Amino acid sequence: MTSVAAGQGVPDGNGQAASGNDGASRDEVSWRDPKRYAWMLGLVVPAIPFLIWLGYQSWEGTWAMHLVWWMAPIVVFGLIPLLDLIIGTDGENPPDELIEWLENDRYYRWILYLFLPIQYAGLVLACWMWTTYDMTWFDRLGLAISVGVVAGIGINTAHELGHKKVEYERWLARVALAQTFYGHFFIEHNRGHHVRVATPEDPASSRVGESFYRFWPRTVSGSLRSAWALEKKRLARSNRGPWTLRNDVLSAWLMSVVLYGALIAAFGWEVLPMLLIQAFFGFSLLEVVNYLEHYGLLRQRTAKGGRYERPTARHSWNSNNVVTNVFLYHLQRHSDHHANPTRRYQALRDYEEAPQLPAGYATMILLALIPPLWRKVMDKRLLAHYNGDITKANIHPPKRDKVLARYGAKAASA
Amino acid sequence: MSKYQCPVCEYVYDEEVGAPREGFPAGTPWSEVPDDWNCPDCGVRDKIDFEPVG
Repeated sequence: MTSVAAGQGVPDGNGQAASGNDGASRDEVSWRDPKRYAWMLGLVVPAIPFLIWLGYQSWEGTWAMHLVWWMAPIVVFGLIPLLDLIIGTDGENPPDELIEWLENDRYYRWILYLFLPIQYAGLVLACWMWTTYDMTWFDRLGLAISVGVVAGIGINTAHELGHKKVEYERWLARVALAQTFYGHFFIEHNRGHHVRVATPEDPASSRVGESFYRFWPRTVSGSLRSAWALEKKRLARSNRGPWTLRNDVLSAWLMSVVLYGALIAAFGWEVLPMLLIQAFFGFSLLEVVNYLEHYGLLRQRTAKGGRYERPTARHSWNSNNVVTNVFLYHLQRHSDHHANPTRRYQALRDYEEAPQLPAGYATMILLALIPPLWRKVMDKRLLAHYNGDITKANIHPPKRDKVLARYGAKAASA
Repeated sequence: MSKYQCPVCEYVYDEEVGAPREGFPAGTPWSEVPDDWNCPDCGVRDKIDFEPVG
């Protein structure tokens, strides 16, 4: 049977409005968000090109000058995992009755909105440095990857904005995606991934037996085709074809064309290689995060009608590492995000029944890039999550026999 | 004219207003909305999960 036991579902939080007489009247709120001011640290990421420029000014002529261009990967994959280790985890949840109040606090929105002008000012500065400074090819690769890491984390900002009901926030999401030429993500993610998450039909849910390098082409091409199909279907209901700017895939891509066109007009064709390399690293960073989020997790079919059970806390990997959570707007509280996709980042909660990653995303990304290491760390956790029954996992079909043999499910193979 | 609400995100489909962007012009009855249509705001509930309101 596949019915979900009580307590495994994520409460939706609705219908739990503040009642005023339960000790938490909104005027005298005793709970304080311990991460309230820490969220501003997220703005350090889009500012990285400015920090690179400062570093270059300070260390010009020394060996450190060549390292400075690699600042974003050094910070994200070196400093942040280290800080996660030192600072650790935090399972602090806002009380249910304060969620609405917390979501309505506009301070949190402004931090998100501020990301965008810094992101694009940083991109312009990077183009200027690329065409002005005397750089080795190693420096150039470092700068392009640094810009790509910022762009990839910009996709996370776009993700937070794209889920909201406010029209201009959805528009800002597409603006943030223009840098990586990944505007179709906003459609596929909300209307495709969230519907089919943790099923074999979802291109963005990774499977056991599928390395990141096999997942990458499947998710990149599958998400693109899905976004196009979703918009085509939506427009067909109004008797329109897909070749119109009403198609959000095309209108989002047009933003990228305008952006790249403007940068090439301003700085010349020589910035094009940097734009292409940063876009590749930017959307690949998003895709490797997709790889972590639902690895091997599978929604079972309900007995009646063959629908998939609803997504619950058990269908996303979570992490409470504070530092990564602050830099990614609680993206790692992924179960609550899938249960309540329109909920704002500051109000997302941790669930005890959700499977936990052994480290924050920044660390897990590095593991995902080394498949044998990833399997060693994650497959046993996945197996434990399913009480040793690997047949309950989302298994990559070409590797099914191999996976079943490896994890001792000979009798159960059907 | 009836209204139907998404149980997760409180999006409301109002037959009077329809959902023109989704391809359902004003006045489209709920019965003409296909079963596989999902909530345009949160994407995690399908038409059959919606609850009548009012």
